Amino acid sequence: MTRPENPALACPAPVLDQETVQLAHGGGGRAMKQLIDRIIRPAFRDPELDRGHDGAVLDFVGPLAFTTDSYVVRPLFFPGGDIGSLSVNGTVNDLAMCGARPLYLSVGFILEEGLPIDTLRRVVASMRDAAVAAGVRLVTGDTKVVDRGKMDGMFVNTAGVGRLVAPAPVGPESLRPGDIAIVSGDIGRHGVAVMTAREGFGFESAITSDCAPLAEPVLALFERGVAVRCLRDLTRGGLASAVVEIAESSQLAIALDETAIPVCDEVRAACELFGFDPLHVANEGRFVAFVAPEDAARAVEILRRWPVSEGAAIMGRVEEALRGRVSCRGALGLMRAIDMLSGEQLPRIC
Amino acid sequence: MRFRDEYRDASAARRFAEAIAELVTRPWTLMEVCGGQTHAILRFGVDQLLPPQISLLHGPGCPVCVTPAEYIDKAIEIASRPEAILCSFGDMLRAPGTKGDLFAAKSRGADVRIVYSPLDALAIAQAEPGREIVFFAVGFETTAPANAMAACRAKQSGVRNFTMLSSHALVPPAMRSLLESPGARVQGFLAAGHVCTVMGYREYEPIAARFGVPIVVTGFEPLDILQGIFMCLRQLEEGRAVVENQYSRSVRRDGNEAAREIMRQVFRVVPRRWRGIGDIPESGLGFSAAYADFDAERRFGAVSARDEAAGPCIGGLVLRGERTPTDCSAFGTSCTPERPLGVTMVSNEGACAAYYRYRAAETAAGVQS
Repeated sequence: MTRPENPALACPAPVLDQETVQLAHGGGGRAMKQLIDRIIRPAFRDPELDRGHDGAVLDFVGPLAFTTDSYVVRPLFFPGGDIGSLSVNGTVNDLAMCGARPLYLSVGFILEEGLPIDTLRRVVASMRDAAVAAGVRLVTGDTKVVDRGKMDGMFVNTAGVGRLVAPAPVGPESLRPGDIAIVSGDIGRHGVAVMTAREGFGFESAITSDCAPLAEPVLALFERGVAVRCLRDLTRGGLASAVVEIAESSQLAIALDETAIPVCDEVRAACELFGFDPLHVANEGRFVAFVAPEDAARAVEILRRWPVSEGAAIMGRVEEALRGRVSCRGALGLMRAIDMLSGEQLPRIC
Repeated sequence: MRFRDEYRDASAARRFAEAIAELVTRPWTLMEVCGGQTHAILRFGVDQLLPPQISLLHGPGCPVCVTPAEYIDKAIEIASRPEAILCSFGDMLRAPGTKGDLFAAKSRGADVRIVYSPLDALAIAQAEPGREIVFFAVGFETTAPANAMAACRAKQSGVRNFTMLSSHALVPPAMRSLLESPGARVQGFLAAGHVCTVMGYREYEPIAARFGVPIVVTGFEPLDILQGIFMCLRQLEEGRAVVENQYSRSVRRDGNEAAREIMRQVFRVVPRRWRGIGDIPESGLGFSAAYADFDAERRFGAVSARDEAAGPCIGGLVLRGERTPTDCSAFGTSCTPERPLGVTMVSNEGACAAYYRYRAAETAAGVQS
C-alpha cells in the first residue's frame, strides 16, 4: 500500500491510500465509491455489481427461497474460516435447507472506523472464494461505517435467493413417525475452533471450523429422488437445539442414539475439559436430514460421496410418543432428555 | 477416546449394577458430594441402574450454588466502579445475587470479563496497569491452588492492581455439618475425586470414624461412580465405616503436596457462610497475613452478610441432601434455567439444572431398551 509522501498536502477527503477504514468510507461520497471500486467490485467481478445501480435485476421462473442472516464473530479469523466465508456459507446453507439451489446473494458490511483496510480486503477475498465454491453470485451490496468503539471490527449481513428444487414441502410439518434422522458429519468443530482461537484462551488445539457450503450434497438427495421431509443446518445452539426445534414444531417425538452421533476426539476432549455437551456446541458446516425410512440407507450413501458430508450417519428416529420431546440413548444404553441450550454455553469452574 | 470410553462401557456398567443388586439386603441412602458427579449420574442414567432400595442424595459440591448472594452483590458493586475490571469464570455470571446477576451488571456497563484461569486475570492486570483487576475466586479445594498460584505470581512480579474476591469453600467441614444436622439422612458418602486429588483423604478419616459413615473417594465417569457406590454399599452391608479410594488413578492419601503448600502460603482457614446452608466454622479460605494485599475486601470494603430472603426455592434443602429437585413445586414450572428462582437451577454443577437438563422430559416410550 502506498501512502501520500506528505500527508499534510494530501487531499482531506479520505481515500484508500489510508490503511484503516474512515467514517467517510461509509458516507455515500467519493471515498465510499473508491472503497467499493477498488476492493469489493474487483473481488466479485459480477456484471450486476458492476452496473453500480441501486439494486440487482434478476430473471426467475418458478418458486423461490429467500433468506437473510447477520454474522457477528470474534475473532474475525479463526482456524478453518473467517467472517467472510461464514457469511456466504451460512446463507447458502439456509437456502439449501429450504430445498433450494442457492443463486444470488446480497451483502451488507457494517465496519468500525479504524478497521484495517487489509482486514476488509481479506474478508472480501474469502467471501469471493466461498461464493465461487458454492456457485452463487454476489449481485448487490451496501457499506456503512460507525464510530470507533461502537462495535467490534466488522459485522456482515447477507441475504440470498435460490430456486426451489424440492418436489414436496421440506420442513417440520412434513415429518412423520418412523422417519429417520441423519446427521451429515461429526459435530462441534466450529464452536470449539472459535472458542480456542479467542485471545487469552491458552488452549492450543488443532481443531478447525467445519464452515462449508452444504448445497451440493443436499441437492443430490433431491436429484436422486430421496423423500426428504425436513432439513436443518446446525448453527449456534448445536445439534440439540436444532432437533428440539424440529420436534416442537412438528409436535412429534425424536429419539436419538448418542453413540451414533460422530464427535472427533479433539472436540470430545475440549468438551470434557470445559464441561460442554457436544450436542450444544456450534457448527457451521453440518446439517440434519429427516428422510423416509425406506430411503435412509441410500441417503447416507449419497451424502458420503461429498467430502463435506462424508461422515454422514443415521442418528435417530421420529416417534409418536411424548410429542414435541427429544430423548437420547447414552453410552450406558439409558435414555435421557435433550433440551435446547439455555443462554450461552459457559465453561464450568472445576 | 482413550482413557475415557473404557469408563463408559455399557456391559461393564450392567455387571456393576448386577453386583450391587446382589450385594444389597436393605435400603441405604448415599450422597455424592460433587456437582460434577451429580451431572454424570443424571446424564448417563447411573441412578436408573441401581436397585430401588438405594437412594442417591445430591451434595453441596457446586461452588457457584454455595457462594452467598452477598458475594455476588459485592462483585457487582466492584465491577460497577469505573476503574475496575471484574474477572470471573463464566459459570458465575448467571448466578443471581439479591439484585440480579453479573450478566445484568455487564449489560448496564460494568466491565465484567469471562476468564478461563486466574492467570488470565493476572495477565489483564499486567496489560492494564491503570485499572483495578479483581478476580472472583470461587471454588473448592480443586481450584484454590491455581488461585493461590495467581496471587503468588502477582506478588513475585510486584503487580499491585490485582486482587481477589475470595469465596473459597472447603468440603470436609460441610460434610461434618451435614452429618450433625438433625435432618441428616446420609449413610455413606462418595467423596469428590478432584478435591481429594489436591487434598488427599486423611482429613476424611476422622469423619468416617466419628460419625460411623463409610466414605469412598470417587471419580466422575459412570463406571467410577458405580464402583464407588458398590464399595460404599459393601462397607454398609458389612458394618464397616472407613475411607476407601476408588479413584486411585488420580488420588493419593496425602494428595498433591505442592498444591497444598501453595494454598498454605496464600490462604488461611476462616469461617464461611454457605448459600442455602448457613454458617459453617472453618469452611472457607481467606488470605494469609503475607498475602493480605491481594484481598479485594480490604481494598473495596468487606462483604456484608445478609439474611437470606425466604422464597419458594428449596435449593438449600437440595444442597443439604434433605430434598431432591423434583420435590420442589416450582421445579420446571416457575423455576427454569431461563428464569431461575435459585442458583441450583443455573450452575453447570447445580442439581436442579442437572434434573432439568436430563430429566425434564420423560424419555420417549417405546425406544427404551
